[in-house]
Amino acid sequence: MPKRLAKTDVVIVGMGAAGGVAALPLSNAGLKVIGLEAGGWLSPRDFAPDELRNGSRNWPQSVQKAATEAPTIRATPMDTAVQGGHPMMNAVGGTTMHYWAQSWRLNPWDFKVVSETREKYGAHRIPEGSTVEDWPFGYEELEPYYDKVEYTVGISGQAGNVQGKKNKAGNIFEGERQREYPMQPLRSSPFTDLMGTAARSLEWNPFQGPAAITTELFDGRPPCQYHGFCNKGGCHVQAKSSTAFNVIPKAVDTGNLEVVTFARVTQIVTDDDGRVTGVDYIKGNETFFQPAEVVLLSSYAYENVRLLQLSKSRAFPNGLSNNAGQVGRHYLSHHQGAPVTALFDRDLHNWYGLPAQGVAIDEWADDNFDHSDLDFIGGANLWVHTDRKPMSAAKMTTFGETRNWGSDWKAFIMKNADRTNSSYIQKTTLPYEDNYLDLDPGVKDPLGFPVTRITAHYRDNEKRIAAFSQEKMEQWYLQAGAIKIVKSGVGNLMGASTHAYGGTRMGLNSETNVVNEWGFSHEVPNLGILGGSVMGTSGARNPTLTVQALSWRTAEYLANNWRSIAG
Amino acid sequence: MVKKTNNNDLKADQPAIPSRRNLLKSAGLVGAAAVGTVATSNVIAADSDSNIAHVASTAALEALEVLTAEEAETLEAICDCLIPADEHGPGAKEARAVHYIDRSLASHNNGSRHNYMVGLNAVNDFARKTRGKPFYQLIRDHQDSILLAVQTNKVSGFSPSGSGFFNMVRSHTIDGTFCDPYYGGNQNFVGWDMLRYPGIRLGASEADVAAGANLEPNHQSAYDHSTYTKLANNSVPTPGSAGTGHSGGSDHA
Repeated sequence: MPKRLAKTDVVIVGMGAAGGVAALPLSNAGLKVIGLEAGGWLSPRDFAPDELRNGSRNWPQSVQKAATEAPTIRATPMDTAVQGGHPMMNAVGGTTMHYWAQSWRLNPWDFKVVSETREKYGAHRIPEGSTVEDWPFGYEELEPYYDKVEYTVGISGQAGNVQGKKNKAGNIFEGERQREYPMQPLRSSPFTDLMGTAARSLEWNPFQGPAAITTELFDGRPPCQYHGFCNKGGCHVQAKSSTAFNVIPKAVDTGNLEVVTFARVTQIVTDDDGRVTGVDYIKGNETFFQPAEVVLLSSYAYENVRLLQLSKSRAFPNGLSNNAGQVGRHYLSHHQGAPVTALFDRDLHNWYGLPAQGVAIDEWADDNFDHSDLDFIGGANLWVHTDRKPMSAAKMTTFGETRNWGSDWKAFIMKNADRTNSSYIQKTTLPYEDNYLDLDPGVKDPLGFPVTRITAHYRDNEKRIAAFSQEKMEQWYLQAGAIKIVKSGVGNLMGASTHAYGGTRMGLNSETNVVNEWGFSHEVPNLGILGGSVMGTSGARNPTLTVQALSWRTAEYLANNWRSIAG
Repeated sequence: MVKKTNNNDLKADQPAIPSRRNLLKSAGLVGAAAVGTVATSNVIAADSDSNIAHVASTAALEALEVLTAEEAETLEAICDCLIPADEHGPGAKEARAVHYIDRSLASHNNGSRHNYMVGLNAVNDFARKTRGKPFYQLIRDHQDSILLAVQTNKVSGFSPSGSGFFNMVRSHTIDGTFCDPYYGGNQNFVGWDMLRYPGIRLGASEADVAAGANLEPNHQSAYDHSTYTKLANNSVPTPGSAGTGHSGGSDHA
């Protein structure tokens, strides 16, 4: 029997991007919160500027919970799923410790894909088999929460639309925001200047993207030092605005949040009335039951879905909150692949810098351009950035100029190590009927619990966006002086992704969605769900800021309606 | 160096938010040049009694950790074909890529041990069968043609395939030639110099970025910065020894 602990108001499962943000408004409201985290605390000492450690050695995530329960992957129900790696990490702060830290708001169109498409182009333009729905609210509803997160977590960037006033230095396609970012954007570089100039000569509107990275002294943290190593590495000066360095310690400071590290939650416990009563977790060799009035599930999308599917009870025989059979449905991995790689005839000066130090083009994203004569909806945000490292430079494509070893190849990489660049193109990705998450029938984690199985592949709409955006990207590189271009394939299999959405989708219709417009389960009144798993559309940009804005909103709603939710 | 953020009873495993100055200091950015000097002088002090003898005996005391002698010799010949020393300078052999791979097979590449055993044996079997000698005793032209045959799946005996083995060895050879020298490869920074990579820096100013490959290479491992080593808390210089103001790109200054 698990050891029964003292009851708390709220237990949050996962102290990462989402759970960390939710902890602050709850703690500030005086609620007693316990945050269970499968990883531990990390410090700047842990983040050496070491390409091998971040990449090949996969430190520190290789030893963690996530690594032992990586999902299996297959394209269709006809295929056999194969286990791959897990892209996320366990720590206080979660993957905000080692992510690229691009921190976008979704554009207004992303909240209303169905109604906007139907109105402008006709219902037949919604791709066949897609289960996409409008969000239960528009961008305007989320704007105040985006703002709170930007100013609390610490986001740098250039606004493009403050209270309706457009500024071409920022993204003119963004939704209206109430004020500027709290910090100026990351600086440009010789390479981003080159690409920015080329974009302007194409009459596009280039701008420096937003980042959860300080550019000045912010809340006691120093500004970015531009040394690189953000990619799968943490920040040596805490310039990266991980939740471990802002909202979580602030919540601890209220005296109302207790973080329990290395706690592995195995089940959400339910009573016969269908209310959750707390969670079971393992720490060391002991099992505990943490009772709570309210449970907020805020692990990653795969683990959110998995924990619900594993938490079977009399009230929920098919998994918690799954009596409508929607847990695991409407899943999608963001299409971030299909890059374009360019070779230039001069050094690009990218040995220093970071993935969030880049220049973006939003002309070809969402519905920012006319789709009347096209065969897809949505689009892509084009992104190029600094950050070059020696091992990855040596592994670059040879553009067909030489075989990939020997003296000729060595001469090629000596000449071109700092002369190539690969784009990062994020594409509108939709949910489809046969793309879903369930429990793998064969593969188990070391505790004996089945891992998540991803069954999903990109459809024509995503592949057409990929091909279309590659053409635009090629045009941009050539305008900047590229002498050779290589385009990768347009993609098929949806692998385990750092941008995983759906599985516990948010929506008004309880027959097709797991959580309501506030992030609480349609079936379990005292269970809230946070993270990308509640998002029904991807947009063409990174999800974390939206995840965090939604988390703040759900937490604030819980605090304001405590008596009715806690019962 | 821990700033207490309030009077709460913080749990032992919860770090408080460090001050800006302490963050910069722990990363070696306050008076970065001074940090370098301290680290270097510590090393010199520790080795001063037996400095020369120690260096001379390093190679002799160094065992193969995973590979057999013949496996290592075969692998070294392959690495030498992949990234050869030539008129443009040293290659994988001079970088000690094999030393790196041998050690990596006991750590992050331990899943590849079996593939190396099977693959290196298959290379030598094929060399003996077609040329009468093990791979590492052949002339370079013959070695190159055998490697090309392996890369294009014309040699049997690999698990799962010749091209898979080739790609794995190529990838690990690149790792061993261009990684941080801490891991036993990229000896004397030959890999980073080959690519005109000026080296890791704890901060990069706009001037550093503009200089790019023209920056003086600093030839430092990440672990030359004491903050990332095991006993960092004991080796961070006292505030009195640090200069002020350096906040970017100055660790080569």
